[in-house]
Amino acid sequence: MNHLEDLPAWAALLTAFLVVLGAGLTLIGAIGTLRFRSFFERVHAPTLGTSWGTGAILLASAVCFSALGSRPIIHEILIGVFITVTTPVTLMLLARATIYRDRTEGNEGVPPRSLLRHPHDA
Amino acid sequence: MSRLLPYPVLTALLLLMWMLLTSFSVGQFLLGGAVAVGASRAMAALQPSKPRLRRWQLIPKLLGVVTFDILQSNIAVASIILQGNRRERIPGFVAIPLDLRDKTGLAVLACIVTSTPGTAWVEFAPDTGVLLIHVLDLADEAEWVSVIKQRYEQPLMEIFE
Amino acid sequence: MTAAILLWAVTAAQAMLVAAMACSAYRLIRGPRAQDRVLCLDATYVSAMLLILTIGIRTGSAIYFEAALIIAVLGFVSSVALAKFLMRGEVIE
Repeated sequence: MNHLEDLPAWAALLTAFLVVLGAGLTLIGAIGTLRFRSFFERVHAPTLGTSWGTGAILLASAVCFSALGSRPIIHEILIGVFITVTTPVTLMLLARATIYRDRTEGNEGVPPRSLLRHPHDA
Repeated sequence: MSRLLPYPVLTALLLLMWMLLTSFSVGQFLLGGAVAVGASRAMAALQPSKPRLRRWQLIPKLLGVVTFDILQSNIAVASIILQGNRRERIPGFVAIPLDLRDKTGLAVLACIVTSTPGTAWVEFAPDTGVLLIHVLDLADEAEWVSVIKQRYEQPLMEIFE
Repeated sequence: MTAAILLWAVTAAQAMLVAAMACSAYRLIRGPRAQDRVLCLDATYVSAMLLILTIGIRTGSAIYFEAALIIAVLGFVSSVALAKFLMRGEVIE
């Protein structure tokens, strides 16, 4: 653990706080997937991990390695941009797949297509 | 020029990313350049719409607002999960009539809505412009409509349309 | 002193991320429907990526960050492919 001992105190404490915050948010999100009862409620839970969960851990790593000056933080920026852009794509496709499956099976609690009509036409 | 390099900015960014991830040398420049040119020409086959930024100076402000809102809703959703089923909470769908038509603007709005815990983009009807979102804690339907329309759609329309 | 605190924080974070992966994996096995499983597979991928990032902070080696980038890419592609598969039959506009 040689490189961690070279960190200045403020950077070490900030890194520690951000790492625990990010991991905690991810854990709460994962607990949410267990607790919620319907799929559309469960869709909200992992976004805790992909928004500030990932953000806090990436920030922690950026703080740690820029304080050490040992390597550029290009990977952190790339991962952050990538997760922000891709998570909505996955979740939108999943939500549309679910609505399509629920409609073809005629399940209850599915929003009817008529909701998508313009309010002025109705 | 435009036949060989249909997206010069994309090509330059890909080359920059390649060299940042490997090393700055002549060999990596040639290899990365070949990959970047090939990838940007493959992109031309998808024919993406070229976005026009009208007022780019609004972007940092929107970014700040969104980051703050995501942090706030992170706290809200975390407290909902930790409280369990002790509190009355009604999840539900909200239909929002949108005026935004620009494809890039809609894509950014989708990213914002989905990245925010507590709201999820479900369906969008391009013909009527009605968006269906799912809200985890649906206290006031009209308030959600005004939040999406005024906080996010308004600046996006100013930026892209 | 602060290095010890940081080390403990990283260890605690790793334990929490493993617990998060266990929760997602439980839901992945239990279902009840295919879309729940795909959602939790994606959540497991994200937790695994974050776990590798914390290992990277701990060791200070750049190789873990490249591994995290690759896991993020693979997780995205596999989740999108599975979601598309669930939507089979619908004409994508």
